[in-house]
Amino acid sequence: MNQSSSIEQRKRKDKTIRHLVGFFSLFAMIPLFFILWDVISKGYKNFNLRLFTEVTPSSMDALLAISNGDPIPGGILNGMTGTILIVGLAILFSVPLGLFIGIYLADNQGKRFAGLVSYLTDLLQGMPSIVIGIIAYAWVVKPLGSYSALAGSVALTIMMLPMIVRSTEETLKMLPLSYKEAGLALGSSYTNVVFRILIPSGFGGIFTGILLAISRVMGETAPLMLTALGASVVHWKMMEPASAIPLLIWDFYNDPNLVDLIWSSSLLLLIVIFLLNWIAKIVARKWKV
Amino acid sequence: MKAILRLKEVSVSYTPGKNAVDKVTTDIYPNTITAIMGPSGCGKSTLLRAINRMHDLYANVQTTGEIILKGRNVLEMDPMEVRRMAGMVFQQPNPFPTMSIYDNVLAGYTLNGIRLGKNEKEEIVEQSLQSVALWDEVKDVMTKRGSFLSGGQQQRLCIARTLALKPEVLLMDEPTSALDPISTNKIEELLLQLKQQFTIIIVTHNMSQAARISDNAMFMYLGELVEHGNTTQMFTKPRNKRTEEYLTGVFG
Amino acid sequence: MNKDSIFRFLLSTAALLVLLFTAGIIYALVSRSTEAFQEYGVWGFVGNAEWDPRSATEEYGALSFILGTLYTSFFALLLCIPFSLAVALFNGEYYKGKKISSAVRSIVDLLAGIPSIVYGLWGFYTLRPLVIALGVSAQGFGIFLSSVVLAIMIIPYASSLSSEFLSMVPNNLKEGAYSLGATQIEVVQYISLPSAGSGIVASYILALGRALGETMAVTMLIGNTNRIPRGLSDTGNTMASVIANQFGEADGLKLSSLIAIGLLLFIITAVINLIAKLIMKKISLI
Repeated sequence: MNQSSSIEQRKRKDKTIRHLVGFFSLFAMIPLFFILWDVISKGYKNFNLRLFTEVTPSSMDALLAISNGDPIPGGILNGMTGTILIVGLAILFSVPLGLFIGIYLADNQGKRFAGLVSYLTDLLQGMPSIVIGIIAYAWVVKPLGSYSALAGSVALTIMMLPMIVRSTEETLKMLPLSYKEAGLALGSSYTNVVFRILIPSGFGGIFTGILLAISRVMGETAPLMLTALGASVVHWKMMEPASAIPLLIWDFYNDPNLVDLIWSSSLLLLIVIFLLNWIAKIVARKWKV
Repeated sequence: MKAILRLKEVSVSYTPGKNAVDKVTTDIYPNTITAIMGPSGCGKSTLLRAINRMHDLYANVQTTGEIILKGRNVLEMDPMEVRRMAGMVFQQPNPFPTMSIYDNVLAGYTLNGIRLGKNEKEEIVEQSLQSVALWDEVKDVMTKRGSFLSGGQQQRLCIARTLALKPEVLLMDEPTSALDPISTNKIEELLLQLKQQFTIIIVTHNMSQAARISDNAMFMYLGELVEHGNTTQMFTKPRNKRTEEYLTGVFG
Repeated sequence: MNKDSIFRFLLSTAALLVLLFTAGIIYALVSRSTEAFQEYGVWGFVGNAEWDPRSATEEYGALSFILGTLYTSFFALLLCIPFSLAVALFNGEYYKGKKISSAVRSIVDLLAGIPSIVYGLWGFYTLRPLVIALGVSAQGFGIFLSSVVLAIMIIPYASSLSSEFLSMVPNNLKEGAYSLGATQIEVVQYISLPSAGSGIVASYILALGRALGETMAVTMLIGNTNRIPRGLSDTGNTMASVIANQFGEADGLKLSSLIAIGLLLFIITAVINLIAKLIMKKISLI
C-alpha cells in the first residue's frame, strides 16, 4: 500500500464516494416528483365528472368554448371504453396462452424445443413497441382492410405475452419440486396437479406478472396509432377503430384547442397504472410462495 | 406369511447401460417396517420411487423387472392407480400451501376427482388425523393453512394425507431428515403404531433409526441389494463384509 | 390419462405458437419491405441519407434515421450511467436489504411505470423551456432533449438489473476484503464491481436496447427532420420516431420503406438483446 494513502485519506475517500452515490441516486429519483407535480398541478382542474361521462369534444367546440372564456367541454369517455375494450381483449388472448406457454417451459427445462421457445420469448420481449405496431398492422389491419380495436389488442397481446410467460415460468420454477411429486404420488393426474396445486400455489407470482403486464401496455401509444387508430364515439365493436386514453393524449397534444385535456387524461392514466402496480405489489407480498 | 410386495430383478437406469438400481430381488411382508439403508448414491431412493412409478415423470428413466404389489405387476398398471395403492411421504414436509389442513388431508380425493359426502369427508379427516396423532392438536384450526404448523406437525399432516387414501404400502423417503429430534421421535412412535394397519418401507441414512423401528433391513451398495434380513440379526451378525463395514462406520 | 395427454398437447401447441408468431413477424416485416429493398438494394437503402417523400423526386434511405437512433441512444446511455450506477450501488451494496433501499427501489419502479407519452409531455412542457434557457438550441427540440428524457427513462432498467448483479456478489469475498482492513469503497472497487462487472455491462446493453426502440417520447421531442443530425443541439429523427410520424399517411414505396426501417430496427434490437443475453448466460454458467 502506498505510503501517502493514510488511513485518514482512505476514510475520506470512502465517505466522499458514499455521499456521491447518495447524491446521484437522489438525483435519479427527482424526475418522478417533477413529473407527478406537473401532471397533478396541471391536471386536477379538469379532473372532474365530465372526464368520465362525456366523449372528446370536436376541435371547433373546444375553440368556441375557449374564445368565450369557458372551460372546454367534454371528456375522454371514448378513450376509457376503448382502453377497456382493447386491453380487455388483449388480456383474454394473452393470459391463457401465456399461462400455457409458461407451464410448458417450466416443465420442460433443458429440452431443446423449450430452449428455442424460451429464446424466442426473449426476442419478443425485446421488440420495440412501434415494430409490434407494424406487425399487427400487417397481420390484422391490412387483411381486414380497416383499422380496428382487434388490431390494437393483437399488438398489445404480443407485448403482454412474453411478460406473462416469463412470470409464470419463473414462479412455477420456484415452487418445490415435491409439490408436484406429492400430488402425483397421491395418484392425481398431471392436469389436476397443475390446476389444483401448482397454479394456486404460484398464484401470487403469476397474478402479479399479469397485473404488471397490463399496467405496462395500459400507456402504450405507438402500437395503437398504427392499429386501433382512434374514434370519437363510445362503442364496443372490436372490428371498428377505437380510441384509448394514450391515443387521446396524443391527439390532444397535436391539437392546440384541446391541449387543456392533456393533463387530466395523463393524471387518470398515471393513477390507473400506479394503482395496478400497487395492487401487484400487495398481491406479491400476500401470496408469497 | 405371504409377501405383499415382491421385487423381481428390478433395475432402474437414468442413462442407458448404467443401472442405478441393479437387479434387486426381494420380498416385503405385510405389517412390517422395512428400512432401506446405504451410503448416499447407492440407489435406495431410486428403488423406493420405482415402486410407485415416480420415475415415469422423467424422460429417459428406465425401470425393468417385476414389482408385484398384491399380486399385480405395478409396471403394467396405470401409474395413477399404483400411486393410490402405494402412498409416498417425502423428505421435506410439503403440505399444499393453498389448501387448509382439512383440504390437505382430503387432497388425494379432490385431486383424483372423487366426490365424497360431507359425513364421509369428516370421518376420513378425523380418522386420518387421529392415526397420525394430530387430531387433538389441529381439530380447532382445520380451516387454517397447513403451512402454519411446525415442521413435525406438517410431516404428520403429510402422512395423514397419504393414509387418507388407505394405501396398501407406505413409502417413506427419509421422512425425518428435515426434522428436529423431538419431532423425529414422535414420527418414529407413530410408524410403530401404523404398522398394525400398513406395510411401511422407509429409506433412511440414520442407522440408529433403522435399528429402533424396523423389523427388516435392506442394505444397498452401488445399486445392488447386498443384504436383506431381520434388522436385529443384521446389526448384530451381518452376513456380508460390506454391510459390516458400513454399520461399523468404516465407510458411508 | 386421456385428459393428461390432451392437456400436454395443448401446452406444446401453445409453445409452438411462439415459433409461429416469430415466423409470422419475420414474414410480415420482410414481405412488406421487399418493395423498398428491391427498389434501392439493401445497402443502397441502408446507406442513403436522403428521405424525400415529394412525389416528383421521391427517394427513401434509412441512414439519417439509423444515425439519429444511434446518436440519441448512445448519448442517453452515457448520461444514464452515473445515475444508474449510483442507484445500483445504493440498492445492491451500500443500503442492501435496508428499508431505505426498498423505498428507492419502489420509486425507481414507478419511474419505469410512467408511459412514454407522459415522459414526452413532461419533456415538451417542462424540460424544453429549460433547454432553450440554457441556450443549447433555439427551439429546444433535438437530439439533446430526446437523449436527456431517454436517459431518465432507461435508468430504472439499467439500475434494477445491475443492483441485482451487485447483490449477488458472495458475502465471503467481501468479508475477506474487510478483514484485511479495506474500506467500503475499496471493497466496491476491488471486489464488487469486478465480480459484477459483466452483469452490469449486460444490464446497460439491455437498457440501450430499450432506448433504441423507444418511440413516443422521442417522437415528441426530437424535432422530426429527415436528415443526419449535425450535433447534439440539432434536430433529427430516429427509426422509431419516423415510423410513428409518417406511417399514418404513407402508402406504396413510402410505406414499404417505413416497414423496412422497422425491420432494421427489429434486427438491431434483436442483436443488442442477444449480446446482453449471451453475457448473462455466461455469468450464470460460472
